[in-house]
Amino acid sequence: MTSNQIQDEIINEFSLLDGDMEMTVFYIMELGQKLPPMKEEDKTEDNIVKGCQSKVWMTANLHHDTLHFDADSNTAITKGLVSLLVRIFNGQTPEDIMNTDLYFMHKIGMERFIGTQRSNGFASMIKQMKLYALAYKTKKELSS
Amino acid sequence: MDTLALKPTLDISKIRKQFPILNQKVNGKNLVYLDNAATNQKPQRVIDALTAYYEKDNANIHRGIHTLAERATKAYEATRHSMQGFIGAKHVEEIIFTRGVTESINLVASSYGRAFLKAGDEVIISGMEHHSNIVPWQMICEEKGAILKVIPVSEAGELDLDAYRKLVTTKTKIVAVNHASNSLGTINPIKEIIDIAHKHEAVVLIDGAQASAHLTVNVQELDCDFYCISSHKMYGPTGTGILYGKKELLEKMPPYMGGGEMIKEVTFAKTTYNDIPYKFEAGTPNIADVIALNEAISFINELGKENIAAHEAELLAYTVEKLPTLQPVKLIGTAKHKVGVQSFIIDGIHHFDIGQMLDARGIAVRTGHHCTQPLMDQFGIEGTVRASYSVYNTKGEVDQLVEGLERIIKFLK
Repeated sequence: MTSNQIQDEIINEFSLLDGDMEMTVFYIMELGQKLPPMKEEDKTEDNIVKGCQSKVWMTANLHHDTLHFDADSNTAITKGLVSLLVRIFNGQTPEDIMNTDLYFMHKIGMERFIGTQRSNGFASMIKQMKLYALAYKTKKELSS
Repeated sequence: MDTLALKPTLDISKIRKQFPILNQKVNGKNLVYLDNAATNQKPQRVIDALTAYYEKDNANIHRGIHTLAERATKAYEATRHSMQGFIGAKHVEEIIFTRGVTESINLVASSYGRAFLKAGDEVIISGMEHHSNIVPWQMICEEKGAILKVIPVSEAGELDLDAYRKLVTTKTKIVAVNHASNSLGTINPIKEIIDIAHKHEAVVLIDGAQASAHLTVNVQELDCDFYCISSHKMYGPTGTGILYGKKELLEKMPPYMGGGEMIKEVTFAKTTYNDIPYKFEAGTPNIADVIALNEAISFINELGKENIAAHEAELLAYTVEKLPTLQPVKLIGTAKHKVGVQSFIIDGIHHFDIGQMLDARGIAVRTGHHCTQPLMDQFGIEGTVRASYSVYNTKGEVDQLVEGLERIIKFLK
């Protein structure tokens, strides 16, 4: 599936919550619970996403031509939020990740339930993933 | 947990009607505002006073001779007199209006500290202080080469007075502690702290931010040298507060900010300074909010502080009874004497998640380190969830808090 197709899936899923804040928060936490936990040895200072209020760790690895992300957080809601990004970007090429316009957050009204602080943190996670994509794209170009 | 002997006598539902902000829904649920230690809500009379000032009386104060200036000046100074009575100060000029407790503490640290601290002198604070009562002292100690010492805090969240006695020496010049802790709710034995400090000729500053709306304050009985009050934590507007200082100290202290109002005469050769309190009130003050603060003082006086305290003590006792019935909840701050503040953590659930989930149910609590990072470090935690009460809160609201926590525990455990 393309990033946009996954985004549309997410928008559809959230529309079923009908704007109920409590259900939305529980749903996001549930999503986070489904995210496979990261290996403890990967939860290092270097892997922390800067700019997040909670602790968010993230690593990226290239499998053939696509990127695979591992992420974890010390708070259930942030884990849920990062799981959405992992779902969208996992298995995509670095070019696709860099070029993806993320629109799902506004469509699901994320700013209503995560507030300014968390929104800034979320932007940091997106930035980190795109930076990983850029790094891998550049590495590939340099080695070819 | 200590509760007051006085039985609460207030009609809370009648009091709630005076607070228009409480009548709203958050995320489809009725607002349950339990973040009063951060700021408490304003009764209509305070809001009306602000509007009335700008509608009828707005003018710059103290120097204008026209009618509006007279009215504004009278109203401003009336608050000063009310505050004098509120805290039992001997002289009205001992009441200085500032932007709040943070500015009050900075004023003393800067003005008294610069003039009277020397290298090797000691300043004592406690391990449960708010950053506003830590950082100004760190700054002045660094500047002057003075040493900052810290009174230890027990597991229950009480100050170790024996340890404090050992900390105070002939080199101690300033002791600065809070009357009540914003994170733990602990009411500190400030009279004893003051008396011990005075035996060593040290001055004492009390951070009264969490106390003035909840506890009786009599600065002459306490014999504190400085007492700081926050307007917005006592039903008054934001952006104002007071520093009380003993007259003889304030008169010795150099000005903090320079500018208009605080001068007697200005020439390029030399400037002379005004008398207290104006020496410490440079520039056009926060006139409207100081005037409206007078209504907050009247609000508290009419209800009676002991009645407010009794009601909040009942809410705290109810909270302490209910919260531990939820298995993984651990109370942080279990001192014998407390104001209506209760911090807690839930093992395995981050405080951000708890706060967010409660907000989804319309419940406002505070999460995090509450500007007391050293205290959190001592307890080995990142932060807590904090419920804090004012006179308009109810047992029903505590029930809603508990219900909300039950749901999140059930979901995540």
